[in-house]
Amino acid sequence: MLKIEDLHVSVEGKEILRGINLEIGKGEVHAIMGPNGSGKSTLSYILAGRDGYNITKGRVLFNGKDLLEMSVEERAWAGVFLAFQYPVEVPGVSNIYFLKAALNGIRKFNGESELDAMDFISMVKGKMKDLDMDEKFLYRAVNEGFSGGEKKRNEVLQMSVLEPALCVMDETDSGLDIDALQIVAEGVNRLRNPERSFVLITHYQRLLDYIKPDYVHVLAHGRVVKSGGPELALELEEQGYAWVDEKVAS
Amino acid sequence: MSASNENLKDMIGQEYKDGFVTDIESESFPPGLSEDVVRAISAKKNEPEFLLEWRLEAYRHWLTMDHPEWAFVEFPKIDFQEISYYSAPKSMADGPKSLDEVDPELISTYNKLGIPLEEQMRLAGVAVDAVFDSVSVATTFKDKLYEAGVIFCSFSEAVKEHPELIKQYLGTVVSQYDNFYAALNAAVFSDGSFVYIPKGVRCPMELSTYFRINAANTGQFERTLIIADEGSHVSYLEGCTAPMRDENQLHAAVVELVILKDAEIKYSTVQNWYPGDENGVGGIYNFVTKRAECRGDNSKVSWTQVETGSAITWKYPSVVLKGDNSIGEFYSVALTNNYQQADTGTKMIHYGKNTSSTIISKGISAGHGQNTYRGLVKIGRKAENARNYTQCDSLLMGDQCGAHTFPYIETKNPSATIEHEASTSKISEDQLFYCMQRGISAEDAVSMIVNGFCKEVFKELPMEFAVEAQALLGISLEGSVG
Repeated sequence: MLKIEDLHVSVEGKEILRGINLEIGKGEVHAIMGPNGSGKSTLSYILAGRDGYNITKGRVLFNGKDLLEMSVEERAWAGVFLAFQYPVEVPGVSNIYFLKAALNGIRKFNGESELDAMDFISMVKGKMKDLDMDEKFLYRAVNEGFSGGEKKRNEVLQMSVLEPALCVMDETDSGLDIDALQIVAEGVNRLRNPERSFVLITHYQRLLDYIKPDYVHVLAHGRVVKSGGPELALELEEQGYAWVDEKVAS
Repeated sequence: MSASNENLKDMIGQEYKDGFVTDIESESFPPGLSEDVVRAISAKKNEPEFLLEWRLEAYRHWLTMDHPEWAFVEFPKIDFQEISYYSAPKSMADGPKSLDEVDPELISTYNKLGIPLEEQMRLAGVAVDAVFDSVSVATTFKDKLYEAGVIFCSFSEAVKEHPELIKQYLGTVVSQYDNFYAALNAAVFSDGSFVYIPKGVRCPMELSTYFRINAANTGQFERTLIIADEGSHVSYLEGCTAPMRDENQLHAAVVELVILKDAEIKYSTVQNWYPGDENGVGGIYNFVTKRAECRGDNSKVSWTQVETGSAITWKYPSVVLKGDNSIGEFYSVALTNNYQQADTGTKMIHYGKNTSSTIISKGISAGHGQNTYRGLVKIGRKAENARNYTQCDSLLMGDQCGAHTFPYIETKNPSATIEHEASTSKISEDQLFYCMQRGISAEDAVSMIVNGFCKEVFKELPMEFAVEAQALLGISLEGSVG
């Protein structure tokens, strides 16, 4: 599904990613862990197509297509979803309106007709129930005045409504208490299927107790320094990231 | 420059869709202003003596006044001798008796603007008075309104048919000496709309005036007078457009609202005068005095305006709260793009006890646009327990535009409660990126964010108008993306 080849990225002349290689198959869940400043968030922004990054080398293929050539919306339409570390507030725009505009944008691209308003609302309400979200969130402005946990839940709600092929989740666990973390993780687990892939970006092992990854990669100083199975996350939890620095230094 | 900034730039490159010129034979006065011109306008309209005298008083006073310079706008000095003060379609010389007699060319102009005048079309139950250059060309649904006792007609007609009402109320809210442009208007105004809602009547439909400037080198000076008698209620809408021309045109209107005991007026404006081109050439100078006087107890007035047009907008729809428990509201969206300048806001003058006022102002600046909020909240000595809430928000798009806020507060009564909130924000790259990442195109995202920003004002507009206002903002911000 996603193939990253020798990706080099710099920001204002400073190299952040220094040759990332990663291959993510259909239905797989990959966790990317690493210390602060290792380039985790940069990687997620590159996949979503954010401005301000200079891709100096390498390529990214998404279902065989050159992802880096696509605009931000085109990537969304093709099924790339980024759950933001800091979801953005859009004052005055209700959640329901936003969700509908997003879904219809994607449906239009896929040559499907717009969803009937009644069908849409009952579909969304069903998904909110799964995430233990009050229906009143539908009529509140997008993320405005939401607590940290509510924002993250809202991201998972959007994800479950838009049903993307590739979900990139940037520190979705940060700022969540244990109950909220469980709800969010259950929401993600419900979305797991053989056609959908996940990239979980996280600093801590904690999230991976609830969402079992197939692979774990350790990112440091812009490179994948180690890859392995779920046991790698536990190893990191025990040892911290100090050994990573030693490894890079040596 | 980053890609989303490029998008923004494309999107705010708006096109003006109402810029066509109607090819119609007009009778215009040659440019120039003098006592003779004032007399000629009055004679043209067969006005009674008292009105001519009133005009002349205004004119003589205007000659002694200096052009006001305090607004935060810049434009070359206006030569008032270069403007023609009267222009009317020739076919209107004798005034139409009914819609059948209105020049088809005029009817089609309004159709093109989306304002069908044929009553059969029953524009969702909205009665329209159409003002073309200096005269009112048609008023629809007159008979039906008359049955309810509502008088809705052109100002000229009101002078003929209801001189006693004109005499009683004209100039009692905005006097003929009030300010430079109000005095000019009083001297040379040619037409406008007149509304009288009798005691206890809820006007059965929305009333609407549609102003259109067509002729070149002509100023439009219309005057609107609305009287809501005790316990009555009316919702009034006003729309404006003009052709695209290279030279600037002056529009100096006066609107007076009189609200008696327990009565309510809701006055909504969607102003879309030609704003000039992307280099700031041409466009309307919109210098308007709008004021409402809540004369009776428990009276209420609400101004809602969406201003997307004009090269320069200079207006402050105001409320004088005389009656006890009276309420004044001002909801405004002002958009300035390219080289447009707007200095707009309101004045809430509290004299009565327990009076309250609300001000919600949303300024959007794009391109090189300059957007100024200027507002006065004044609490008189006797205004016990007066309350005001003011919220001024500015949204900036791009880095060449400006937003400015000048709130003035004067209070002479210690029991007053006054709140003021202000914010300035940008459509952030974060917001755009977030929307686009969810599959919403850049164009739709900008329009969505701007509409969200204006929501508190749009919800005050009557349904039909709210849709038009949203569409108008959409057009103003639309562009070729991707």
